[in-house]
Amino acid sequence: MKVWFHKVFNFYLDGFKNMSVSNRKLWVIILIKLFIIFFILKIFFFPDFLGSKYNTDKAKSDYVIEQLINN
Amino acid sequence: MEHFNLALVDWSRAQFALTAIYHWFFVPLTLGLSFIVAFMHTIYYKTGNEKWKQMTKFWMKLFGINFAIGVATGIILEFEFGTNWSNYSWIVGDIFGAPLAIEGLLAFFLESTFIAVMFFGWNRVSKKFHLLSSWFVAFGSNLSALWILIANAWMQNPVGTRFNPDTVRNEMTNFFDIALSPTAVFKFLHTVSQAYVIGALFVVAVSAWYLLKKRHLTFAKKSILIASVFGLTASLFVALTGDSSASNVAQTQPMKLAAMEGLYDGETNASLYALGFLNNEKNNTNFKGIRLRSMLSLLAFRNASAFVPGVNDILNGNKEQGILPAETRMEKGRIAIQSLADYKQAKKEWNIELASQKLQEFEENYPHFGYGYFTDKEAIVPPVKLTFYSFHTMVGLGLFFILFFAWLLYASMKDKVDKYKWILHLSVWSLLLGYIASELGWIVAEVGRQPWTIQDLLPVGISTSHLSVGSVQTTFFMFLVLFTVLLIAEIKIMLTQIIKGPEEGDSHV
Repeated sequence: MKVWFHKVFNFYLDGFKNMSVSNRKLWVIILIKLFIIFFILKIFFFPDFLGSKYNTDKAKSDYVIEQLINN
Repeated sequence: MEHFNLALVDWSRAQFALTAIYHWFFVPLTLGLSFIVAFMHTIYYKTGNEKWKQMTKFWMKLFGINFAIGVATGIILEFEFGTNWSNYSWIVGDIFGAPLAIEGLLAFFLESTFIAVMFFGWNRVSKKFHLLSSWFVAFGSNLSALWILIANAWMQNPVGTRFNPDTVRNEMTNFFDIALSPTAVFKFLHTVSQAYVIGALFVVAVSAWYLLKKRHLTFAKKSILIASVFGLTASLFVALTGDSSASNVAQTQPMKLAAMEGLYDGETNASLYALGFLNNEKNNTNFKGIRLRSMLSLLAFRNASAFVPGVNDILNGNKEQGILPAETRMEKGRIAIQSLADYKQAKKEWNIELASQKLQEFEENYPHFGYGYFTDKEAIVPPVKLTFYSFHTMVGLGLFFILFFAWLLYASMKDKVDKYKWILHLSVWSLLLGYIASELGWIVAEVGRQPWTIQDLLPVGISTSHLSVGSVQTTFFMFLVLFTVLLIAEIKIMLTQIIKGPEEGDSHV
């Protein structure tokens, strides 16, 4: 098992090492994009609306039914 | 509905549309190009010819650029569900949960695991396993699309579920009813086959550019041959599945079909408007152009004399055809909403008998639930002109692609493809037409079903969260900037690679 993991790790490592400069730039863009999406947009701009207001499923469903009934 | 902030609804809608449109720039190329790469890889595996290896590696590299830039852009749509569309998310949660979980666990895992083997695996894994990886990536990408499209199809035709008034959520009653509903099957087949057309157009466009520049001639001609076979097969399949999809729309979303065809007054032997202009003022069809008599009835219901309801039939009802007036449905919807409120109150007061009575009343009227939120029946009519022109332009382009690929295949087989300069120029620009057709398809599907997020059950206005308009505007413009930068980056990197051309001994992405 350990040998297998080692092989897989080396497979990826060699793959990344042998990349051309332009391809490395591409990976930099990907990492920046993922950072913006998951660590800036998700955390600061896209909170779970119901999750941030209510802790239980019961409270969430009570809120949503109010929305359905009173509009 | 008046209690809802229309500006908020419109900005939330605009943000979702913007994100989806940008996301859809990346997806079809991934879906289409992955199969073309797998085909080329298979030919290399079978023949051992280094030229095919070079071709596989080149198109694989362009596939990789698109995949890398586009990956995770779809996740933003899921963020928006939780933030901007929380009521909707809660109500559909149990239905979306299963397909999206399968998508995340199975398809994405398959795709992301084998993509590394596909790119890094040259001379590092066995040829057979390497080829298998290319196919796994292609199938994995398409499998991802399957689950997303099943979820979308359920919103268009909510089957296989039961609304639980206690949890306020739709619960799955039969997974296969959802996954194998004709709406889901046709949507998936139509969407992915259209993506294959984009993949083929991309290969044709790049190769045609090489021919115009008199570079990599053999490579470009072989690529065009493969792409034209793939593109012709796919574009024929798009027409076939499009026909089935439209027939399904006729049965499940008659208002959408009426908007697609600009049909205000329903008729038997309904005509198909083939080419012309629509003037739909005062809710009357005023079409100037070529009509194909009985064709719409035939295509929609497989019967040339079938009645096809128009917008006015759905608004005002048609007793003869068994169509309820919108106002009756609005009344029934209000009864459903009131019964739901009374049911909750009766349960609170432990009045079991009344709760049971109200629940029955609610379930009887539930198919009309969403109509209860409207006070003006005109609100259930989608933007007709936009839907009509989007649909007809899409169909026109679809027919053009069939002829285009057929001609290209013929010219390729006669080895004459580089003799016609104008067709090479057209080939380069056809990629843009492919994207236009693809985005128009989504406009038909999504604008045509307005004002619903879940057909007949949940209007868009009730689906949104109570946020400030400013916060949605802020994220709208953030996305506009982010996605535009990503798109520019993709085009720039792609062009750099295309200009470099297919070279021997390229390193992998």
